[in-house]
Amino acid sequence: MNAMSKPDTPVLELRGVSKVYSVKQGLMGARKPLRAVNDVNLTLGRSEVLGLVGESGCGKSTLAKILLGLEAPTSGEVLVDGEAIGSHDRLKLARRIQPIFQDPYSSLNPRKSIAEIISLPLRVHGIGDHASQTKAVREILDVVGLPARVMNTYPSQMSGGQRQRVAIARALIMKPEIVICDEPTSALDVSVQSQILNLLGELRREFGLTYLFISHNLAVVEHLATRVAVMYLGRIVEEAETGALFDASRHPYSRALLDSVLTPEPGLGVPDTHLGAAYPNPINPPPGCAFHPRCASATAFCAARAPRPVASGDGLVECHLYDPETEMFQR
Amino acid sequence: MSDLSDPLLQEITGPTPGQLLRKRVFGHQGLIFGLAVVAILAVVAILAPVIAPHDPYAQSLVARMKPPVFLGGTWENPLGTDHLGRDYLSRLIYGARVSLMIGGIAALISGVIGTAMGVAAGYFGGKVDAVVTFLINVRLAMPVVLVALAVVAILGGSLTVVIAVLGLLLWDRFAVVMRASTLQVRGREYVAAAQAIGASTPRILLSEIMPNIVNNLIVVVTLEMAHAILLEAALSFLGLGVQPPTPSWGLMVSEGKNMMLFEPWLVLIPGAVLFVLVLAINLMGDGLRDVTAPENRS
Amino acid sequence: MSEPLLCVRNLNIDIPVGGGTLHAVRGIDFELQRGEVLSIVGESGSGKSLTSLALMGLLGKRIDRRADRMDFDGIDLTRAGKRQMRALRGDRMSMIFQEPMTSLNPAYTIGDQLAEALLLHRNVSRQQARDRAVELLEKVGITAAASRLGQYPHQLSGGLRQRVMIAMALMCGPELIIADEPTTALDVTIQAQILRLLVDLVREMDMAMILITHDLGVVARVADKVAVMYAGELVETGSAGAIFNAPSHPYTRGLLRCIPLPGRTARGAPLGTIPGIVPSLVGEIGGCVFRTRCDHAVAACHGAIPHRGEADHMFRCVHPHGHREDEETPA
Repeated sequence: MNAMSKPDTPVLELRGVSKVYSVKQGLMGARKPLRAVNDVNLTLGRSEVLGLVGESGCGKSTLAKILLGLEAPTSGEVLVDGEAIGSHDRLKLARRIQPIFQDPYSSLNPRKSIAEIISLPLRVHGIGDHASQTKAVREILDVVGLPARVMNTYPSQMSGGQRQRVAIARALIMKPEIVICDEPTSALDVSVQSQILNLLGELRREFGLTYLFISHNLAVVEHLATRVAVMYLGRIVEEAETGALFDASRHPYSRALLDSVLTPEPGLGVPDTHLGAAYPNPINPPPGCAFHPRCASATAFCAARAPRPVASGDGLVECHLYDPETEMFQR
Repeated sequence: MSDLSDPLLQEITGPTPGQLLRKRVFGHQGLIFGLAVVAILAVVAILAPVIAPHDPYAQSLVARMKPPVFLGGTWENPLGTDHLGRDYLSRLIYGARVSLMIGGIAALISGVIGTAMGVAAGYFGGKVDAVVTFLINVRLAMPVVLVALAVVAILGGSLTVVIAVLGLLLWDRFAVVMRASTLQVRGREYVAAAQAIGASTPRILLSEIMPNIVNNLIVVVTLEMAHAILLEAALSFLGLGVQPPTPSWGLMVSEGKNMMLFEPWLVLIPGAVLFVLVLAINLMGDGLRDVTAPENRS
Repeated sequence: MSEPLLCVRNLNIDIPVGGGTLHAVRGIDFELQRGEVLSIVGESGSGKSLTSLALMGLLGKRIDRRADRMDFDGIDLTRAGKRQMRALRGDRMSMIFQEPMTSLNPAYTIGDQLAEALLLHRNVSRQQARDRAVELLEKVGITAAASRLGQYPHQLSGGLRQRVMIAMALMCGPELIIADEPTTALDVTIQAQILRLLVDLVREMDMAMILITHDLGVVARVADKVAVMYAGELVETGSAGAIFNAPSHPYTRGLLRCIPLPGRTARGAPLGTIPGIVPSLVGEIGGCVFRTRCDHAVAACHGAIPHRGEADHMFRCVHPHGHREDEETPA
């Protein structure tokens, strides 16, 4: 399957993906559309790691659910290896895209043994007999650094780090091409977090995996990702190679986000993000550029017209400041 | 120091969930008492033909109203005889069959109905949930005893009718509890993981959801069993439940009530047995909730 | 230097558990001046939250708390009765918790809850309490403060709720604030704003703050003094500069190697790890608690562990410089 795909075909491509929920406000309120994901376009090459960052409520988790087939997009297409995959094709999708969730205490069924949890994908897809499934579980346990004797234990007997290794084993046993990591280390202690991040890095190199890495920990994203996409109110406002984004971010929101990272450097104090107003209500997004009420560079023009994505460097930025066709363009 | 060389060895030392449960079950006195009483009564009910000293239907006009042994009676009829001269102990033993059968089957029928509705409502949500919630509200608006009385009055009382009526009326608590439990488990990430694996809905319901809500189900089963047994006794007492000459504890209380002032044991003995059985079932339910409650899990 | 506001000597917390006693906190010493921020940093199970609850007198009845000394502005907290502790709490010392939604009562308006804190401890009228509430809501950066008084907690965003919690903690003008993971549930942008606010308030009102966190970035940027806890013991204490620029205890060094440091850790390179897990704290504990996970462990680690260094930077290790002498000094 992998050999057939052309080398330059992106392993994952999103074309104009949107998800609109209909939300009722108050007891008698009329239903209003909530654009959780708004016309997102993304391409992801083989064994890339795309870091997806943004504040809570920006739509990154909804995007992950769409990719996993847990939610159907309202419009747009998801392509894997250039092939459009309908979200109704859950079995097909499941073989290629697998998740690793945030909370290893909630992601493993407490009533099932570790062997049952890890072999579930094989059993659902009817791959192999019991003996070959057991063998596969043994092999994948070795890959994620757990001894084979944990097979008969239960999640409650394990530490958080071990559970997350089990979750990784379950995600990898069907040899997917893409793994969606939704805050995979935020529930873990610092010393365990580094072990899991190292494991994810090794697995990517070993199996040529492609990650969509969702995290609010920007230091971790900078460490692991090859590309980074910044999401704000359902849209990707900037997307670039990791180095370019962290060293010279362009969108004012990306800059504010990066400024608020607290690196362990004493004496620097807490930075001022200049993000005055609170995160807007996604049911009533601001007109024009959704970020303009919090933006230090905003003018009346930003409130009137929504920016369009502009190619810059090898990525995209969605801001009038970088659009040569607007009056705000500088340089 | 050798045990520290392998960090995993110290990490996986806790007992399995099964071991933990066993330890907690045997440390819970109420649960053990309840289980023991219910088990003994179940054995007695099953072995009734073997254990009972007399035929519970055999009347004897010469041996009417003989007192129990502790009130000066003989060992021929250890608990005396009733107004028709039937052996009271034998009727009590056969009465256990009726009570446990009604409790068990009524709880089973309503359990199946209520669990199906509750799990469907909790898992699918939306319209399914709206319909189920409406049905639960309709059911809660109906007074159980009154409806049971009306149905039995129309169809006539018999064991089958009583079981059917109770089975079709007592599903509300199953539906409410199973809906809430399913809602809670449905949000867990392992359900999302199973969905992302491509597991079918029946598979997710049976293998991911059910094992995690079955403890709540067991608790409701015990409560509804006790509920059904008490309702049967009440209906039989009113003459609308199990019909004579079938031995039922409620009926025995009813038959003895005319002589209650002169021979109070006629009412007290079946009443006490009923009390002990319902208490034991409730203790069992409470105990099961204690040993399986999530806040007890380490 | 003046008499410290808070002085703790040899604090021990024991919790009876099935099959023995859990020695959750052992031999903790620290002191705090007015206007100072002390950060207690550690992983889950290190006893950092228990330490703060012990100061507030909020430990459960079954939990045994012993200390040679626990003085708050001349008041001996080890001898203070329930009534005296209740009078202190919320008045001269107050606490901010991680999850504002569970700490605020959903049944009462924000105005009522803010006023309550003051009415409990001060002989003031409702109107005076209300005015104070408005004043403090403005101080913590909430716009249209007067109109917020009638709102319920669920009507506010997470960042706003945490600001309300801070305002509530400040109602009586406390001298000591204990903040237990105050920003862990918040977005990075909001985290920066809340921490800035807290630090500014501490300086402005000449309070002292104990900040409990697992986030080393937060510690470095906010704390004046840092206390590193591991498995119930303080393994290293010192100024933020000393701890981050010259970490001496092997555990502190290990922790700092576990997180990616922008500019210092190569992107994608493996991070440092601390193998193993925290040992059981039930029963007799002797020697260094970290020895089971330490690269520098030697036979002497089973014995008494001396305090090294001076008052402004102390650590507990058998090795005079925190590492085996036969090795090269770690970078």
